[in-house]
Amino acid sequence: MEEQSHESKATKNEMAHIETIIGRILQIGVIVAAIVMLFGLILLLINGGNGGYPTGHQPTTISGIIAGTVALKPYAVMMVGMFCLIMTPVLRVVVSIYAFYKEHDILYVWITTIVLIILCISFVVGHTV
Amino acid sequence: MIQSMLIMMAVGLFAGIAGAILGLGGGIIITPVLTLMMGLDIKYAIGASIIAVIATSSGATIAYLRDDVLNLRVAMFLEIATTIGGISGALLTGILDPKYLYLFFGALLVFSGWNMWRKLRRGQEVMTNVQADRIATKLKLNGTYFDKSEMKQVDYQVEAVPQGFLVMLGAGLASGMLGIGSGAFKVTAMDTFMKMPLKPSSATSNLMMGVTAAASATVYFFNGSILPNIAVPLALGILVGAVIGSRVMQVLPARIIRMIFIPVILFIGLQMLYKGIIGG
Repeated sequence: MEEQSHESKATKNEMAHIETIIGRILQIGVIVAAIVMLFGLILLLINGGNGGYPTGHQPTTISGIIAGTVALKPYAVMMVGMFCLIMTPVLRVVVSIYAFYKEHDILYVWITTIVLIILCISFVVGHTV
Repeated sequence: MIQSMLIMMAVGLFAGIAGAILGLGGGIIITPVLTLMMGLDIKYAIGASIIAVIATSSGATIAYLRDDVLNLRVAMFLEIATTIGGISGALLTGILDPKYLYLFFGALLVFSGWNMWRKLRRGQEVMTNVQADRIATKLKLNGTYFDKSEMKQVDYQVEAVPQGFLVMLGAGLASGMLGIGSGAFKVTAMDTFMKMPLKPSSATSNLMMGVTAAASATVYFFNGSILPNIAVPLALGILVGAVIGSRVMQVLPARIIRMIFIPVILFIGLQMLYKGIIGG
């Protein structure tokens, strides 16, 4: 019984540590996404609502978004910000693998890796269906 | 234009607070506002809601991780189910009649609402007499969190892991095919089936729904369904709202959260049943 409670205490400490690492990285990701989105929004306001593209259009290819961002087109910058936001949950999964590995929790390294693999498959499936 | 931007931010703020507290994606608030009130095409409304789900998830998760409210292992383990379900949903679109999914999952949510109401009347938030579940122990799923409304550490055990896994598989399938209910099913699986307390259920749901949404979000992102002038102010409002909501939730008594939650999932459930009956 005592051994069990000792083990669960170790598990709790480990979790707290892992959660701190992931939380910190997630926070950075969210702040970066928010700053880029806000910057794009301010550009849009300065341009008087003109996104830099014909009405109802925005860049949807990676090259188009990069080109637009270099030219500081508001919609392109906003798309970059949203892309950063979309990537934050993926980033969280990747960091989790590392965090579990650092805490020698091999079972959860596997579980989290499986999640990442399925996630990658779903990216591919989503773009072909 | 500034006016519509401010409206989007205000809607986002509200949706973010509500979503973070309840563990729901906020689509239930955002989609009607965008389509009915602002006359936006449903295609763009769905694109905006998927961004909303991710913003709610990432915004709320920062606090839930730091304050140790959510259960990371439960989230990781169940994400296997939701992501597999999500892929299956995408592949089965056009093969499986969504009518039956609406009926089945609508009924499930109504059942869950009824079950939650019973839990509320019983007035007991944590099942202390739950036998240690073998699978839960093996997967180290049992958890603990500090309840800021009761000012005490709450240890809880997780049970019925296979059932919870199965519901999550369905949750991924449903949100992949129907585009709704991303959070409602997750809270249901953890609270109703796995007997987790409501607060960690909601916080864990918040964490998970971002991952589920990220896969479909890239599709919408590259096919032009996500309008930056709508989604960006909305997302910024939500991020702020979710940060506030994730703090409010921790000090709210679980009973109050449950009282808000029950009518919401009953509403979503009945709406799905209705769609199933009239044929999607």
